[in-house]
Amino acid sequence: MHVFTDPDNFDAYVSGFLWILKLTGASAVCALVIGVLLAAMRVSPVPVLRGFGAAWVNVFRNTPLTLVIFFCYFGLFATLGLSLSQDLDLNIYWLGVIGLSVYTAAFVCEAVRSGINTVPTGQAEAARAIGLSFAQTLRIVVLPQAARSVIAPLGSILIALCKNATIVGTIGLLESSNIMKDLINSNGDAVIPIFLVFAGTFAALLIPTGYFFGWLANRLAVKR
Amino acid sequence: MRMKRMAAVAAVAGLAVAMTACGGDSDEGNSGTGAGGIVGKAEGQKKLVIGVKADQPGLGLQTGSQYEGFDVEIAKIIAKGLGVEESGIEWKTTVSANREPFIEQGTVDLVVATYTINDERKQKINFAGPYYVAGQDLLVKSDSTLTGPDQLAGKTVCSVTGSTPAKRIQENYPDARLQQFDAYSKCLPLLENGQVDAVTTDDIILAGYAAQDQYAGKFKVVGSTFSDEPYGIGLKKDDTDGCEKVNEILKTAAEDGSYKAAWDATLGKSGTPAPELDTTKLTHCGAA
Repeated sequence: MHVFTDPDNFDAYVSGFLWILKLTGASAVCALVIGVLLAAMRVSPVPVLRGFGAAWVNVFRNTPLTLVIFFCYFGLFATLGLSLSQDLDLNIYWLGVIGLSVYTAAFVCEAVRSGINTVPTGQAEAARAIGLSFAQTLRIVVLPQAARSVIAPLGSILIALCKNATIVGTIGLLESSNIMKDLINSNGDAVIPIFLVFAGTFAALLIPTGYFFGWLANRLAVKR
Repeated sequence: MRMKRMAAVAAVAGLAVAMTACGGDSDEGNSGTGAGGIVGKAEGQKKLVIGVKADQPGLGLQTGSQYEGFDVEIAKIIAKGLGVEESGIEWKTTVSANREPFIEQGTVDLVVATYTINDERKQKINFAGPYYVAGQDLLVKSDSTLTGPDQLAGKTVCSVTGSTPAKRIQENYPDARLQQFDAYSKCLPLLENGQVDAVTTDDIILAGYAAQDQYAGKFKVVGSTFSDEPYGIGLKKDDTDGCEKVNEILKTAAEDGSYKAAWDATLGKSGTPAPELDTTKLTHCGAA
């Protein structure tokens, strides 16, 4: 464990995982917002919105995340000149958040939509019968019930997102996987311990997350 | 029962490490150096696994399944000197960050990949050579006014994570903003678009990029080197015999003209005359 007792290495290790947490946090919020909006579009009565939602899901769910992230950097930034911060790292960070969000939103959308399908049709029909509009029906009656049934799948998506965040390393952010590579490069004799520490950190972050979402899903489930 | 389970867990973890380290290659375990390092392996199996760069035009560039460049030619000379036919060489792409691990784990037998000899690396592996002495330089747009590393304050410089040039910029020119990727090839479109002001690494590598067809006339190498980068051939730390043998082969190559031929066939095409291989500077293979 001599590798991690060196303060420089330890700081690098901590900063690597801080980037992962920051990427996960910001992307989770954005992806949740976009994903719910997309789900609303996909069940809406307006064909254009339905088409847009379906197109988004089909494009981003079926594109490798590496390519999405690459496009954010080399397309949005390098070619189109979209610069989100003067600071090099922050710029990459926000480009990474964009990529992770649009990608993860596709999965959130599908999870939420499947949740909407668990709400009995009678609920929506009753809402229409008392004169609620589509937006009101969705917001007041359907989505709250749908949300409670998709807590567990959303937890899985969050866990996947956290691990996917390492892909932002390919566009030059010094997150955990790059730090790991760097440490392995300068400590070739301790490859397995370094690997186990990084893998273990992810497990330590994510296993409790999984249990938390399982507990939450149970607690909030709509008992029918 | 418990022990068995733990052993299984350990085995799976070990396997996972091996898979990530070399992209799921199949020849773990039996790619060790055998009796007496590379000399023994070359004689016994008539095979060598050699690590080269895959994205450095003029030095080590992969097109399809072929590798070509000066490093590749040097590697062929060494393999021949060890008695291994060209068909017995298995080329393996190495990037800057995985050269030491590949050597230490035995994934490759030799590394000829723009590999700077330095003391930090010497603690982990053994170096033969140098077969060429490069120097760190800057690649800029042809209309750039940058003339040297002293003007880098506030400018964005692109290099490779964990490489010697990147570390030198961090240490000696902390005012420069350093953008790091896993390959130099990612830096070039950014330089072309102006998002980075310079790409930095060894002059010879930069010259290789500048000479590529798609960038012809767009970039120039500044030409004020600020380091000496003796390129060595990396071997296992304890393989002193192999290292001495490689140095002998290099000496012979300098004398019989095959070194010059290797240069002329690759980097020499840009018009730079072949350098003299200074055989008095060859390493002592850890014996010194």
